Amino acid sequence: MRDVAIVAFAQTAHRRRTDELSEVELLMPVLHEVLGATGLRANEIGFTCSGSADYFAGRAFSFTMALDGVGAHPPISESHVEMDGAWALYEAWVKIQTGEADTALVYSYGKSSPGRVRDVLTRQLDPYYLAPLWPDSVALAALQAQALIDAGATDEPALAEVAARNRTAAVGNPHAQLTGDVPAGDYLVRPLRTGDCPPIGDGAAAVVLAAGDTARALCARPAWIRGIDHRIEAHGLGVRDLTDSPSARLAAQRAGAFERPVDTAELHAPFTSQEVVLRKALGLGDDVRVNPSGGALAANPVMAAGLIRLGEAAARIHRGESDRALAHATSGPCLQQNLVAVLEGESTHA
Amino acid sequence: MSDILSAPLVVEFPFTRSLGPVQSAFLTGLRERTVLGVRTEGGTVLVPPVEYDPVTANEISDLVEVAPTGTVTTWAWNPDPRRDQPLGTPFAWVLVRLDGAGTALLHALDAPGPDTVRTGMRVRIRWAATRTGAITDIACFEPCDGEPVSTEPAPHTGEFADPVTGIVAPARLDYVHTPGRAQSAYLTALEGHRTVGERCPACRKVYVPPRGVCPTCGVATAEQVEVGPRGTVTTFCIVNIKAKNLDIKVPYVYAHIALDGADLALHGRIAGIPYDQVRMGLRVEPVWTEDARHPDHYRPTGEPDADYDTYKELV
Repeated sequence: MRDVAIVAFAQTAHRRRTDELSEVELLMPVLHEVLGATGLRANEIGFTCSGSADYFAGRAFSFTMALDGVGAHPPISESHVEMDGAWALYEAWVKIQTGEADTALVYSYGKSSPGRVRDVLTRQLDPYYLAPLWPDSVALAALQAQALIDAGATDEPALAEVAARNRTAAVGNPHAQLTGDVPAGDYLVRPLRTGDCPPIGDGAAAVVLAAGDTARALCARPAWIRGIDHRIEAHGLGVRDLTDSPSARLAAQRAGAFERPVDTAELHAPFTSQEVVLRKALGLGDDVRVNPSGGALAANPVMAAGLIRLGEAAARIHRGESDRALAHATSGPCLQQNLVAVLEGESTHA
Repeated sequence: MSDILSAPLVVEFPFTRSLGPVQSAFLTGLRERTVLGVRTEGGTVLVPPVEYDPVTANEISDLVEVAPTGTVTTWAWNPDPRRDQPLGTPFAWVLVRLDGAGTALLHALDAPGPDTVRTGMRVRIRWAATRTGAITDIACFEPCDGEPVSTEPAPHTGEFADPVTGIVAPARLDYVHTPGRAQSAYLTALEGHRTVGERCPACRKVYVPPRGVCPTCGVATAEQVEVGPRGTVTTFCIVNIKAKNLDIKVPYVYAHIALDGADLALHGRIAGIPYDQVRMGLRVEPVWTEDARHPDHYRPTGEPDADYDTYKELV
């Protein structure tokens, strides 16, 4: 295996709407920021990979427009996943492992403001048994929350504490959309209140990956990807135990997360109840700093929020605030798909 | 922000899908008020059924009939139903394990309020008055009394007269599309029958329509440049097949046109000249019709053809 690290990370200030910006206009500042941080020019990047989904813009192949922002002429090596950018990062990591590239630019963007994200996300559901009923993303998360309450794993005050802790942490995050003392609010779909749910907004993120000595040359303290894996479980909610996340646990195990303790975890848990599930599945104790960025409860640009977890974890290592961090991304209803990476800073004593 | 355009955008499609043997039996069964599950190799009865064993991945088709009554395994109260959801009044989303099934089905529960719903409560299917062979043939669940039916689910052939072999699931999503700053400026200029592009600060090329970025340099563009109205045909094709609902006689010519001052050709129809006389280098100008948002077509200006060297970079 080649040593691969995240060497740069940038994200937009996430906002409820960005009507004045097209997707590429939203994205360009973060592309320039990560390239600027590494000193790389667009034509020096070995592989470019992006994540986004057409359903948010309501337009086919919307990601091809965003490609203008990376300077795709003369031709570059490029790919796209119709998923969160965390999975684009996984593809880029694989590409570097094959030896076909030494550096990669990974970016993703989510513009939820043109449509109604709760309705849009119903279109990712099974078209025979689920999609015709239009169960929205909050409704599905609420079913999971109630299952947790019935199992005695949490209660509404505990969920409110999860929300408060994340949004208090987000006060120190200049990119966050919803911070500080946010009211619990009314039930959106009971038992979830507005405060248990993520803000809806627009945003983008980008990272640069590099292998071996290239990474050391580009970054003072690279965030080495010691392991990365992603797993999926059944689509049908009635087949799963909604109080657990065996796919997150297996991905973490395959990524080596359980070999040694982590000091930081960036969890992609858009709903408070999902953090309860993930903490248990990933065996995170109270000594682990969970979501110092505020997590997806503070900013949830759908399709970028997972990549941002990897970027936030890496940035803490870059700054020397973490030595070993777990980064998690999710996709699909009720934590159906989970990606886990373990990031480490190089020890000065090694 | 008032100079940013916006417009409603509706994406609507009838999702037309074929069914395999197990899904066909299940959905046809719903039409006939019969709920079928499928038994896995391990003995679990899956409702709704699937065609492959989730554990072994082997094909499974051992159909059984389960009861129309069941138990709520989890629920969520929906105070504000959204368009196309099963009920228009507040209801509970429920996962229901039907008697005889080992897994739960997602649907809606019609109940007076959240205080009347709990995990473990007994419910039964309320059938839709008109059934077509779809999951919506179950109108919803409703509360009922009675203990779970403990008898073993009965084997079922899955055979029905006139089986359902496909579904059409209509989908509609509503958006408000905003094209961003650069394209808003372009569209606004078109209202005045002007065409504006944007110049790249690095390579100095003028892009039209502008997208706010130079695709070669990957940097933002902002300097507006008016281009045209005249231009040169850089390449073209002759369209011989009439598109549906298109009110243009075939054959007609569709061309790439490099407007004067632009470094990127745009598309347009060429008219006012026989289709077989259109050529590379032909000089053209836009023809606007009343209230149109774009030039209707381009017609020859009568100027001599442009020299190939003046547009070869744009072909």
